[in-house]
Amino acid sequence: MQAVNSGTTRRQLLTAIGLVGGAAALYQAMTTMGHAAETQFHGPPKLDGAKPGASVLVLGSGLAGMLAAYELSKAGYQVKILEYQPRAGGRNWSLYGGDIYTELGGATQKVGFAAGNYLNPGPWRIPHHHRTLLHYCKAFGVQLEPFIQFNHNAYVHSTKAFGGQPKHFREVAADFEGNVAELLGKAVNQKALDADLTAEDKEKLLEALRNWGVLDKDMRYVSGLQSSSHRGYERPPGGGVNGAPIPSTVLDFGGVLDSRVWNNMAFFMNHEMQTTMFQPVGGMGMIGKAFARQVQPLITHNAKVTQIRQDKAGVAVAWTDTQSGMASVSKADFCVCTIPLGVLNQIENNLSPALQTAIGAVPYSNSVKIGLEFKRRFWEEDNYLYGGHSFTDQDIGLISYPNNHLFQDGPAVVLGAFASGMGAYRLTGMSPEERIETALTQGSVFHPENYRKEFSNGASVAWSRVPWTLGCCARWNEETRKEHYQTLVAVDDRVVLAGEHASYVGCWMEGALLSSIDAITRLHQRALEA
Amino acid sequence: MKPHLIAAALLILAPFTASADEPGTVTTLHKPPVTGEEVYQQICQSCHMANGMGGKGAAIIPALAGNPHLANADYIIITVAKGRGAMPWFDDILAPTQIADVATYVRTHFGNKYAKPVTEAEVKAIAGAKTSP
Repeated sequence: MQAVNSGTTRRQLLTAIGLVGGAAALYQAMTTMGHAAETQFHGPPKLDGAKPGASVLVLGSGLAGMLAAYELSKAGYQVKILEYQPRAGGRNWSLYGGDIYTELGGATQKVGFAAGNYLNPGPWRIPHHHRTLLHYCKAFGVQLEPFIQFNHNAYVHSTKAFGGQPKHFREVAADFEGNVAELLGKAVNQKALDADLTAEDKEKLLEALRNWGVLDKDMRYVSGLQSSSHRGYERPPGGGVNGAPIPSTVLDFGGVLDSRVWNNMAFFMNHEMQTTMFQPVGGMGMIGKAFARQVQPLITHNAKVTQIRQDKAGVAVAWTDTQSGMASVSKADFCVCTIPLGVLNQIENNLSPALQTAIGAVPYSNSVKIGLEFKRRFWEEDNYLYGGHSFTDQDIGLISYPNNHLFQDGPAVVLGAFASGMGAYRLTGMSPEERIETALTQGSVFHPENYRKEFSNGASVAWSRVPWTLGCCARWNEETRKEHYQTLVAVDDRVVLAGEHASYVGCWMEGALLSSIDAITRLHQRALEA
Repeated sequence: MKPHLIAAALLILAPFTASADEPGTVTTLHKPPVTGEEVYQQICQSCHMANGMGGKGAAIIPALAGNPHLANADYIIITVAKGRGAMPWFDDILAPTQIADVATYVRTHFGNKYAKPVTEAEVKAIAGAKTSP
């Protein structure tokens, strides 16, 4: 490092380190300097020296499979993809007006949304630090727009607080913080924290609590202009004769605690949920479509894999054309398998016993999304809500307002449910019609005057009943990670698994892509050794 | 509410900690399932369907109707408590008595005629310590 003169910019320095020490050294240096700690993406994989004619069969055309096919083709491999569905993209998917969707059990929905409106059944938001996905979105020409993740003006609703009346996030969160600040201030002033704090620290902390919690001069959180500056006003500041604001009244702290608003506050602190977030213009499915444009000629659709076998000569995958019923076998030197584990677990194979056990050890989560189309944007026009989520402790979990085409006339789609856990089990067990009815009933707590009046039509996707995944995402826990994760991601002779299930960024597209890059990098090494 | 159902309800109120793309909300159990039939309707039928016929797509959700595995009470207890393949474990949200009741329900419906009830004691003995109280 001494050779680097003092006039060198940080970027030049990092480039120099990268040239000398390779990507790992660069990454370590960047991390030390406060850069790049948010991602494990170091650019597209460098797969040099592929043997001429070497072939790879990719199973599944979700993002992991398509990225593997794209990068391996670029590296010189002969690549083919087998896909169960007539559509590429996997869980990256949007439903539009006219689409027909049949779930397990046979219930069929014809989506009735107006042109341009959509429901994203799976992924719907992209964190700013999901650098792999953002890289390929740019490379493949996917236009992105902001996803409005955090809306102070949206609501929190608890059946157990405030008589079931929803409150603005802004007011409940401000009242929670204000009361916590007041209580902590009391503890400081009653010398309860003397063992932990120096006199100087105590002064600083009291100042912090006064500012953060908008406390009055006596360190109390009370109704007034100070607390209203966070929680909103009874009459907001204006101009002229009645310009003076009228403060709002703080909520009872017991009610604030009953609302459990800290769950929602903490949610926004989660690294994956932090702003800025993005969505593709025109629906999340645009990403799958853009990936498919790169690899479409390689994909065989309607191919249901029935057997995976490998031996010293290569990999043989038996599959059935779901349209014609014709059985075929595809052969290749190597295989990247992105089939969801719950499905893969039921496919006959001769993978190593340890890998088979790992595949069978990871269950899948459930999740339900419901799109409700309304005739007008009453949430914008009547409630000044522009994107963001209103949370509830009912089964629907939340409703989320559209982030695009703001201020326009005409119909728009609200996400009428994003349920998980018990709420999702209950909604999944219903018919599509019952789900819509339940979503309307529960969502009406936020917009009682308009929700049913302005409703036009709706569609739902319950992931436990999605025919090609039988679930939403792989559910790891500490035990299964410890026991099976490394086995699951290891190259098993000629086969390697990839997908969100083979990552620590589970249930995100970024996890699928990072897993894919890692898998094909190691498979390439294996191929070079062959 | 029976104490064990309160315990089961509280477990579902565990705070949001996962990093997956989840709603960020916590569902309150307004009407926790009490009978075996209620457990079936609120959880099991999401995959195994209201008629117990399961489903068939890229893979199979097994039918419970006429399923020979159900002759063995241990099999269904272990499956519900610990999961099997894509099916998650439910011993984090169901108490042993709920698992026993839904096992009994499934074994006596959808054309199944295994009259001997599954008991809470059997669930505790077979599913072990991880099962919620």
